[in-house]
Amino acid sequence: MTEQAIIEIKNLSYRYEKDMVLENINISVPKGAFLAIVGPNGSGKSTLLKLVLGLLKLQKGDIRLFGEEINHFKNWEEIGYVSQKANSFNTGFPASVFEVVASGLTKKLGLFRFLKKEDKRIVMDALKAVGMDPFSKRNIGELSGGQQQRVFIARALVSEPKLLILDEPTVGVDIQNVNSFYQMLSNLNKNHAITLLLVTHDIGTVSDKATHVACLNKHLHFHGEASEFEQMKNDEMSDFYGHEVQMLLHQHEHGGVYK
Amino acid sequence: MIQGIFHYEFLQNAFFTGIMIGLIAPLLGVFIVVRRLSLIADALSHVTLAGIAASLLLGKYFSAFNGLNPIYIGMAFSVSGSLFIEKLRGVYKHYQELAIPIILSSGIGLGVIFISLANGFNTDLFSYLFGSVTAVSRTDLWVILIISIFVVLLVFLLYKELFLLSFDEEHAKASGIAAKSIHFVFILMVALVIAASMRIVGILLVSSLMTLPVAASIRIAKGFKQTIFLSIIFGETSVLGGLFTAYYLNLAPGGTIVMIAVLILVLALAFKKIRHKEPEQVGGE
Repeated sequence: MTEQAIIEIKNLSYRYEKDMVLENINISVPKGAFLAIVGPNGSGKSTLLKLVLGLLKLQKGDIRLFGEEINHFKNWEEIGYVSQKANSFNTGFPASVFEVVASGLTKKLGLFRFLKKEDKRIVMDALKAVGMDPFSKRNIGELSGGQQQRVFIARALVSEPKLLILDEPTVGVDIQNVNSFYQMLSNLNKNHAITLLLVTHDIGTVSDKATHVACLNKHLHFHGEASEFEQMKNDEMSDFYGHEVQMLLHQHEHGGVYK
Repeated sequence: MIQGIFHYEFLQNAFFTGIMIGLIAPLLGVFIVVRRLSLIADALSHVTLAGIAASLLLGKYFSAFNGLNPIYIGMAFSVSGSLFIEKLRGVYKHYQELAIPIILSSGIGLGVIFISLANGFNTDLFSYLFGSVTAVSRTDLWVILIISIFVVLLVFLLYKELFLLSFDEEHAKASGIAAKSIHFVFILMVALVIAASMRIVGILLVSSLMTLPVAASIRIAKGFKQTIFLSIIFGETSVLGGLFTAYYLNLAPGGTIVMIAVLILVLALAFKKIRHKEPEQVGGE
């Protein structure tokens, strides 16, 4: 093997009771890639992420993270995860931006260890990387949706992960901020050499910023480089989504989303 | 009262116990409130009542239990109740709050049966329901001191894990920390603090000491550490203010403590409203 894949998914299938959610999925994420997984609602995107994060048990197939079988994988601090904010976050929580980002160091520091000066600097650096350092003392609930999502990315960055997984990070973020948000992700990918795995509805952005794309709808319909994805015709996308799809290539005032 | 503290043991017991409860109840209360588990304190206090009634009943029929401090069996019931709540929260994944009324009504039901079996108790039980300054013994003081040291130490050592678990449970699990074990330790601490607090404020009012100071501080604090700090300040002010006021005005201490906590909450809400109006006038967000 010349270069080890960061994520290697082989023949993966998963079912919830009788419903088959994922069927025979094969995905490989090379080091330094920015892979976007797109697919309609109920296509199994979130299930796939949960399997990769070890939150669901494997039923059939294999997942390898950094070359190691997921069941034996222990270096979870190498993976940063940003969930769909709305599902897991209580906006009234009385924590400052700094405290939220510092909580990303919990696993790395280990039990009974406290934040040192060096750790505080790492927290501020992560906030700088996402442009949120001036807000470090503000309560997280006082920020806008886009700002909050940047804070969650900073939290994922503090443990200096090699892989960052994002689950629909732009849900609830206003259109004007979505573009700069993706620009920041692209910057993290290129300048900080972080491999990115992004689950999104936003096909327009995908072909522009991502290096690789995977189209998922229970089966894997496409998996390849972003440039190949761009050449796919709209009618192929319509087949995939099951209804009419219009690609709005990167005029972000329209959001660049499928219809 | 200050002079009385030097002269009367019961006042010393009440005073020092009050200081400790004023610290540990809001300290854990912050985590309970932000995790939306406010009613767990009510459920466990009613289970504690069943334990105390069981202890008093056993004392009535078996001389071996006669000298036993009811707080021990109360604590054992509280801890078991907390474990049942956890189990039920797992069973009813989509209706997790259901665990609380189930345990609360079981606790009160069991307590009433024990009381009726003993053909009623003397005023002892009344002091557990509403709290009593005179009822705090030296043994209570030592037991509560041990619990307080245990709780403060654990919260200090597990602070960052407790914070992460409270803020984002899914992320805590995904990051690979021992979320289940830490949650278990947390629930165990809550059960012990409730059993300890009921001596002063009483079973019926114990949850107020864990939630009211937090409800006040959450409105005005900046950051989580400040929320904890202000909650403790408000908790101590309520307990000590309540004990002094009750002593001089000859009122029930449990009720007085709670009413001072309510007063602080009202002031905090008013403060927030006034402060919030100012930036609006200059066109803030």
